[in-house]
Amino acid sequence: MLALADFLIVGAILFCLSVAGIFINRKNIIVLLMCVELMLLAVNLNFVAFSHFNQDISGQVFVFFILTVAAAESAIGLAILVVLFRNRSSINVDDISAMRG
Amino acid sequence: MKELCLAIVLAPLAGAIAAGLFGRVLGRSLTHWVTILGVGAAFVMSCMVFNDIVINGMAAQNFTLYQWLQSGGVDFKVGFLIDPLTVTMMVVVTFVSWMVHIYTIGYMHDDPGYQRFFSYISLFTFAMLMLVMSNNFLQLFFGWEAVGLVSYLLIGFWFKRDTAIYANLKAFLVNRVGDFGFLLGIAAVLMYFGSLDYAEVFAKAPTLADATINVWGSQQWSLMTFTCLCLFVGAMGKSAQVPLHVWLPDSMEGPTPISALIHAATMVTAGIFMVSRMSPLFELSTTALSVVMLIGATTAFFMGLLGLVQNDIKRVVAYSTLSQLGYMTVALGASAYAAAIFHLFTHAFFKALLFLAAGSVIIGMHHDQDMRNMGGLRRHMPITWLTCLIGSLALIGFPGTAGFFSKDIIIEAVKASTTPGAGIAYWACLIGVFITALYSFRLVFLVFHGKERMDHHTREHLHESPAVVWVPLVALAGPSLAAGVLGAGSMVFGDYFGTAIAVAADHDVIGGLASHWHGVIPFITHGMLQPPFFLAMSGVVVAWFLYLKRPEIPGRIAAAFAPLHALLLDKYGFDRFNDWFFAGGARRTGSGLWRWGDVAVIDGGMVNGSARLVGWLSGVMRQVQSGYLYHYAFAMILGLLALLGVFVHHLFV
Amino acid sequence: MFEQIVFYAFAAGLIFAAFMVITVRNPVHAALFLVAGFFASAGLWLLLEAEFLAIALVLVYVGAVMVLFLFVVMMLDINITVLREGFTANLPIAGIVAFLMLAAIGLVVGRHHFGLTEIPAPQAAGADYENTAALGRVLYTQYLLPFEIAAVVLLVAIIAAIALTLRSTRQTKAPRPERQVRVTRAERVRLVSMAAEKPAPADAPEA
Repeated sequence: MLALADFLIVGAILFCLSVAGIFINRKNIIVLLMCVELMLLAVNLNFVAFSHFNQDISGQVFVFFILTVAAAESAIGLAILVVLFRNRSSINVDDISAMRG
Repeated sequence: MKELCLAIVLAPLAGAIAAGLFGRVLGRSLTHWVTILGVGAAFVMSCMVFNDIVINGMAAQNFTLYQWLQSGGVDFKVGFLIDPLTVTMMVVVTFVSWMVHIYTIGYMHDDPGYQRFFSYISLFTFAMLMLVMSNNFLQLFFGWEAVGLVSYLLIGFWFKRDTAIYANLKAFLVNRVGDFGFLLGIAAVLMYFGSLDYAEVFAKAPTLADATINVWGSQQWSLMTFTCLCLFVGAMGKSAQVPLHVWLPDSMEGPTPISALIHAATMVTAGIFMVSRMSPLFELSTTALSVVMLIGATTAFFMGLLGLVQNDIKRVVAYSTLSQLGYMTVALGASAYAAAIFHLFTHAFFKALLFLAAGSVIIGMHHDQDMRNMGGLRRHMPITWLTCLIGSLALIGFPGTAGFFSKDIIIEAVKASTTPGAGIAYWACLIGVFITALYSFRLVFLVFHGKERMDHHTREHLHESPAVVWVPLVALAGPSLAAGVLGAGSMVFGDYFGTAIAVAADHDVIGGLASHWHGVIPFITHGMLQPPFFLAMSGVVVAWFLYLKRPEIPGRIAAAFAPLHALLLDKYGFDRFNDWFFAGGARRTGSGLWRWGDVAVIDGGMVNGSARLVGWLSGVMRQVQSGYLYHYAFAMILGLLALLGVFVHHLFV
Repeated sequence: MFEQIVFYAFAAGLIFAAFMVITVRNPVHAALFLVAGFFASAGLWLLLEAEFLAIALVLVYVGAVMVLFLFVVMMLDINITVLREGFTANLPIAGIVAFLMLAAIGLVVGRHHFGLTEIPAPQAAGADYENTAALGRVLYTQYLLPFEIAAVVLLVAIIAAIALTLRSTRQTKAPRPERQVRVTRAERVRLVSMAAEKPAPADAPEA
């Protein structure tokens, strides 16, 4: 039988992989965004798993909302990316440091 | 009676207000008429009260005029206690004040602050009357502070002189010290007696005679000793006893009428009066009496010595005042309150006389006060000379004069006293008589006899002072001669004060002396065989020898005893010590607090320091803000990891 | 048993896809692997009886979001070699952080806390169970307001994305209210002084 722990472990591995992805792809903003999507997916997996094992539909409602926000986030993120590229002809994170103190 | 007393107090006040607020409208002559009438009316009415109480033997009057407020079960009232002690003071105060008012017309003739001056002295008369007529501690304190205030205003009357400003500030500060003690004493009275009314407090005093209080740590103090000593600190300030005497010589910066009125005859005697008024309390503490006596003896002796080296005519008289106040204080310590008040009474006349005479001399000398520039004034100012001589004779206690009776009674009382310290006090007083005679006649001889040392211009203009100046001199000379003869028998040895002054049976030196009193003439003949008389006469002779016969000797003595002479000129270093320790110490503390507390800690450390800390921290923090996205992400992940670590740690520990 | 096979298959696929997302050179490939990961995830969600979300994930994410990703990646001319700088240098620290985090999470979510004994597997839902209906029921009752807000969020996202990427051209015509308010009479009306009437043409026919 599958236990809740199995799903959670899969989520954890997924999460840690995306963390590692953020580190190693630190200059590629597109892959960074993908890693964020992966993180959200890991979280969603946890929500769904808990929802199922606790027999509580609320978890799925949250996933629903997270999907919504994530879609909005990636849409805006990509839009920013496009504008950025249009202005700088690059998506290198090193080039974006206007917030330096 | 009530209305009469109220009128006595309010007449000078009305004069003061009229002169002070409407002086410009009234003009000079109207101003002095108004104030002189006010004080004169007060004097006449005081005499009427005196007549009622003393001559007709009316019982002491104690009544409340007005209840100011009630707080915490304590009544704050305005009221009068009229008994022989009070009326004596009232008569003395109003009489001397009246004389000074008249004298001022001449002395301040050309002064631009004429109206202001009259306003002040009338106000002073009001304040002093409030002080002596009070029937409770609060009103006493009011009068006490009011006379202090007027004294401050008058010492600094010539407020454009730096020395006058320095002197009045000094007087005020030194009096603050005394007043603080006085206030503590009143607070102790209020706390332990639960009342500020004289009658209630005195009635309750015997029940608390053995009470002890906790002042410092676990040490038990006698309540009476503590209270009396605190009150006496106030008296020391006002009556210029060592070590709070330093303000009195400097107060000579004020106009001479003021020196006569306030700093010789009346205000400085407030302390003496107050201690006499508190006699029911002081009688319960032999320790306090002993302290009073020793302080008085110290003042009497050492301040007299200072009078020997002064060259300013007013300062000599000022130091003699200090010395005489010391005598009164000694009498208080010996429980001879009646003798103290009697001496106060006689002293008021002859000291005011001496001051006014000195003022007359100063007018003649065109406001030169240095005795080394005088001499031979007898021929130019005969009335001044005569009155001054009478005053000096009274001061040294020449038989038959006022001072003779009062001073001899004090010395006899001290001799008979069993209070600890009486032996020292007796010798101090005895030698003090010699010193008094020496400096008094040094003044007389230097000023009125011998060679004329003034410059040519001054000599040409030397002439007797106008009538407004010499009439008060003559008026004061009368009591200076006669007050003793008239007063000694009844005032000291008779039942003059009645219940106004309380003396414990084992302290009753006056009672002991009274049994030897057989009238004025036997007292004089007896006194002429006593050491004080010989000492006084030898003082006069020595003064004659040193300052008339062989005027070069004093210089040689001064040279031979140079360190001693320097010490006397330095007034024992009290001023220097106060300047260095209190004034300098306060300045050093202040500048230290400013430099280290304000500049370093508050401004430097807290204000600028916090700003600098924030600036430095931001400098460090801005290094963290690289602006690179992955740095922020890295920080977030590390933070996440740390939180996770904490979570896991909690889960397993 | 079948469930477990399906689970491990999908889980392995998901992890493999995620691993490839973060390691492949080409962002297009990464996006495609991400799509694969979404599919695997959807499979796992089906196992968890979240059918609606599984389908929504495929439709919305794979069908819309990932297409958007691919579209952007392909549209932009990306210099991949520059972006790959520091890949190997960051690998060890990435590995360490990821491992530490996994170890920490594993300590918490392992079987000893969330095993079958602690949280027993629920009874499988019957054939008549409709996940969509169940979700819809709470969504339109209890979570109605958040649902509406989510709709607004999406709307804002659409407008924001358009506003960000829209090239402002001079061809658009729009009123400028501030200019309209500030307009003065002189700009609106021009008074021309001219003769009140024209002289009649000379050759007008006589009435």
